[in-house]
Amino acid sequence: MFPAQFDYQRARSIDEALSALASRGGDARVLAGGQSLIPAMRLRLARPAVLIDITPIDELSFLRENNGFLCVGAATRDFALEVSPLVASRYPMIADTSVLVADPVVRQTGTLVGSLCHNDPAGDWPVTSLAARAQLVLRSKSGDRTVSIDDFLVDSYTTAVKDGEMVTEVRFPTPDDRTRGSFYKLERKVGDFATASAATRITLKPDGTIAAAGVAIGALGPKALRVSAAEKLLAGAKPSKDLVAAAAREAEKIADPGADNRGSVAYKKAMAGVLVARALRTTFERLGVKGLE
Amino acid sequence: MKINVTVNGTAYERDVEPRMLLAYFLRESLGLTGTHVGCDTSHCGCCVVLLDGDRAVKSCNMFAVQADGHAITTVEGLEQAGKLHPLQQAFWDQHGLQCGYCTPGMLMTCVAFLKHNPKPSEAEIREGIAGNLCRCTGYQNIVKAVQQAATADEMVAAS
Repeated sequence: MFPAQFDYQRARSIDEALSALASRGGDARVLAGGQSLIPAMRLRLARPAVLIDITPIDELSFLRENNGFLCVGAATRDFALEVSPLVASRYPMIADTSVLVADPVVRQTGTLVGSLCHNDPAGDWPVTSLAARAQLVLRSKSGDRTVSIDDFLVDSYTTAVKDGEMVTEVRFPTPDDRTRGSFYKLERKVGDFATASAATRITLKPDGTIAAAGVAIGALGPKALRVSAAEKLLAGAKPSKDLVAAAAREAEKIADPGADNRGSVAYKKAMAGVLVARALRTTFERLGVKGLE
Repeated sequence: MKINVTVNGTAYERDVEPRMLLAYFLRESLGLTGTHVGCDTSHCGCCVVLLDGDRAVKSCNMFAVQADGHAITTVEGLEQAGKLHPLQQAFWDQHGLQCGYCTPGMLMTCVAFLKHNPKPSEAEIREGIAGNLCRCTGYQNIVKAVQQAATADEMVAAS
C-alpha cells in the first residue's frame, strides 16, 4: 500500500521551505513527523504532488518559554514534550495530553504542530490548544501572522493555512499560580483515536471564584469544539459540584458526534459530559479546591 | 532520488522513489527481512527500527528518503560478534515470544525504551510497549524479559 507518486524536497531552512511552498502552492504539503500525513497518503485520503520535509530545520525544533508563552516549534516531536521537566512542572494539561497522543513509538516521531495542521476531528492537541487559548504563528514570503486556535481550526482536516504559508510555532499562554488545567481522553485501546476527549483550564481569583475558564471537547463533532456556554457559566462562579454538573451538561448539549464502532451518538454525548466533569474536577483539585470529588 | 543510509553499520547508496517506505526499502532493497510488516498502518509496531541509535520509529510510516544521511539499526544489527544483545538473550531466557512475528519490533522498541528509561517499573514497561501489539498476547513474558534485560550487566554498563 504505497502512496501515489510525489516529489520530495528537503528544506534546510525556513526560507528554503517557503520558497518551495511559494513555487508549488496548493500542490504542496509540509512534512514534519508524518504520523498522520503518511497514513493519509497511503490510504489516498491525501494526495499532495510534493512533500516539503521540514524536519532537518534546526530552528523549528524548540520547546521554550518566551514572553509569557510556552513556544513549541513546528519540527518539535511529541516525545520532547513528554519528557520535558518544564512541561511536567508548569503545564499539567499539556503534560496530560503528551502521554495520551497515539502510542509511545509514534510520539517519538509525531509533532504537535503537525497534529494541529492535520486537524483530525478526533485529534488530541486541538482540544488542549482550544482550552489553553493557544496561538499559531504562520509565516509566508510576505511575513508572519498570528492566528488564534479558534480561527485556525476551520473544519475537519482544514485549517487557516493558506497556499505558500506554513506554521512555524504554536504558543500556549504560561499559567500563573492560580491557573491549572487537565485533559482526559476515552479510548478503546492505546493508539486508537479518541472516542471522546475533553480539556479544561481554570484561573481562580484570590477570593476563590473563577476568573476565566477554557473548556473544549474532541471527537464529538466535525472538529474540536469550544464549549462556550460552559465557559460563560464557570466565569465568575464559585467551584461546586453543581457547577461542574452544569458545565458538563453544556458539553453534552453541543456535542454532535457520529455513531461508529466506538459508540452510539447517545453514548458519546454522555461521555462528553463525563469527561468534562472529570477534567474540571482534576483541574480544581490541582488548584487546591477541595470537596468536589 | 539518491540516498545514503547506514544500516547496521554498513553504508549503502541507493536510488529510490520518494514513495518507497522505509520498511519495504529495508526488506526488498537491502534484503533485511528481520523487519516485519504487520498492520501496514502504523498501529502494530512490528516494523519498528532505530533511527540514529536511540529513536524508535515505525518504518512502515516513514519514507526511505527521510532516512537519507541517517543511521538505521534493525533487529539484524543487535547481535554483536556472535553474542546476542542482552534484550535478545532476555527474550530467549524468559520465553518472551510465541509466534515471533512481533519480536523484532518489540526488541527495537525496548532498546530505545531502556536507553531513555534504564530502570523502569513494571507499569512503565507496559506503557513503553503500548505501541507494539503481540497477537499471541504474550505480554507477561515480554515484560519479564525487559525486566531481566534492564538488570543485565551490559545494559547497566551502557546506561
